[in-house]
Amino acid sequence: MRSYIIRRLLLLIPVLLGIILLIFALLQLFDPYQRAALYVRDPKQMRDVEGIIEKYHLNDPVYVQFYYWISEVLHGNLGWSKSINMRVSDALFYFLPATLELFIFAVPLTILIGMRLGRISAVHRDKPVDHVTRGLAIAGYSLPTFWLGLMLLMVFYGFFSGLFPPERLGVAADAYVNSAAFTRYTRINTLDAILNGELWILIDALRHLVLPVITLTVVNIAFVMRIMRSSMLEALGKGYVVTAKAKGLDEKTVINKHAGRNALIPVITVAGYLVAGLMAGAVITETVFNYKGLGWWSVNAAIQLDIPAVLGFVLFIGTVVVITNLVVDLLYAYVDPRIRLG
Amino acid sequence: MSLMTDPISQIAFALALFALGLSILKLLSTSRLTVLFGARWTKFKASMKPRMRELKFSLRRVKDSPLSIVGICIIAFFVAIALLAPVLARPEDPDDPYRIPRDGFSPTPRPPNENHRFGTTEGQFDIYYGVIWGTRTAFRVSIIVVGAALLIGLVVGSIAGYYGGIVDEIFMRITDIFLAFPYIILAMAFVTAFGASLDSVMKALIIVWWPSYARLIRAEVLSVREEDYVEAAKAVGGSDFRVITRHVLPNSIYPVLVMASLDMGAVVLVAAAMSFLGLGAPVGYADWGQMIGFSRNWIVGPPGNPLAYWYTVVIPGLFIFFFVLGWNLLGDAFRDILDPKLRRR
Repeated sequence: MRSYIIRRLLLLIPVLLGIILLIFALLQLFDPYQRAALYVRDPKQMRDVEGIIEKYHLNDPVYVQFYYWISEVLHGNLGWSKSINMRVSDALFYFLPATLELFIFAVPLTILIGMRLGRISAVHRDKPVDHVTRGLAIAGYSLPTFWLGLMLLMVFYGFFSGLFPPERLGVAADAYVNSAAFTRYTRINTLDAILNGELWILIDALRHLVLPVITLTVVNIAFVMRIMRSSMLEALGKGYVVTAKAKGLDEKTVINKHAGRNALIPVITVAGYLVAGLMAGAVITETVFNYKGLGWWSVNAAIQLDIPAVLGFVLFIGTVVVITNLVVDLLYAYVDPRIRLG
Repeated sequence: MSLMTDPISQIAFALALFALGLSILKLLSTSRLTVLFGARWTKFKASMKPRMRELKFSLRRVKDSPLSIVGICIIAFFVAIALLAPVLARPEDPDDPYRIPRDGFSPTPRPPNENHRFGTTEGQFDIYYGVIWGTRTAFRVSIIVVGAALLIGLVVGSIAGYYGGIVDEIFMRITDIFLAFPYIILAMAFVTAFGASLDSVMKALIIVWWPSYARLIRAEVLSVREEDYVEAAKAVGGSDFRVITRHVLPNSIYPVLVMASLDMGAVVLVAAAMSFLGLGAPVGYADWGQMIGFSRNWIVGPPGNPLAYWYTVVIPGLFIFFFVLGWNLLGDAFRDILDPKLRRR
């Protein structure tokens, strides 16, 4: 196991380096005046753009630029985000908890419902139940995320106005959360509300989460379901399942204990893709519901040509996805010895 | 475009094409070709026989799968709309048919009426016109992006898979980097760099999409490369190019086609999302995503009539949804039909 971990960690280096190179290549598509904002820690510095271009060698050959840029990045300076007036590195941590909060609810829901549906579909293969669940899954997969969000808005804001409001918190709750009476331990509102023992903040935060979480879940379920179905079908065809049936075990035990458990292993591998899918979904969902998280920030930044913010966000997402994939691979190897020994 | 704008000559043209197609089919079905081309045709026919048998079997499986029939019908419907767009919604300016006609500049959307079948959006853009010509935009974007990504992936993937070694290693590490990002997020960054427009969206999507094809094709080529018939082709002195194009690729292309079908829908989803966010087509260009973008301020109607502006969001959304659904159903059915593991006899 240890040698496997080391091998995987070593493989991480070229990919991370590649991501950095890709971001740098993207950066080269802009002219030096636009790029200057990436080197700034304070908007006042932007008054002297020529000075910044001079100082960080923005008109010099690419490899010289790369040296100055990478040393800024390694010192944690990703530039100034003009769209929200914050350093990019600070903004990432400012918005991350909101997006994490969405994921905390959307990930378990997506996985649980997706696996359940996939299993039902596989057990009743080619029966009407299978056709219906697969049809629904494909339909969910085909829904434009932003359209689903808007339709939910139309119905819930129109008929139950105030039940599931947009943004992260109501006006009163927002004021209270930012007051001295409330300690923001994690900036994840629901968690903070529990830690502070404020029930009404918790309820308020949950009400704001319902619609975005539904949107994110619906468009990502199909993905989990599809993997679970094929993995379950494979498990059902295995020798030990046939043996279990032959020795007279009832259908339920065979499906739950023999096939079901072994079908879980491949599902772990999709977790990495699921994080990527949810992240893409979050970009749109947060924009539609005006839910101020990483996705909302990145879209706003892209529209306002806030280049440091866009590139900082892309760098962050790439790193997160790569590290998630690493963790998933390690987990997979831990669960299934055939992988690490093979 | 300016040549045939009146509906009658367009329909006549379509009928003529149809008749031509029928007569070609008729010609092929008779044995007249045997007379014309002699032994060569007989040989060709014999070589096609097992392929025809496979095709017939595949078609029977298509018939048995209700989902694939639905998918084919949906796509046929959209192809018809795209082909007949000039008839269904006559452009005001035949040279610039993608510009949606405006009826005034009032911000409030207007419900369907006799002048505007599906109503108008904010800024009085005609929804009917927008969704009809938007179908052409959708096809254009998806065909160009999937086609280009497939082509790049085909070249890179087959070279990497066939030659292996250091070339393979380098190409695959490059694809690793691209695949670390969700399509829409990386594409968003590229569009920011290129400047918001439909062309930028297409360019960005090609850049982020080709690696997944390269990966898939490489994997397929790797498994086919070791087959006996490839060895045989090499042994009789076939050049690398010939071996790849005549023997390796034809035997590894099916999973790629399945993916292409699924991606036709996926590309439109991402492109529409970009336009919705305001990073795609310019204002007034016939594009589904942008039409939904127009509806954002009009989701909830005035008090007492919350669904007053439903048509601004529901109609363009249904077009996107069914377009993507059609391709997904088709791709999913193809996967089941072509997958040799699931292909039971």
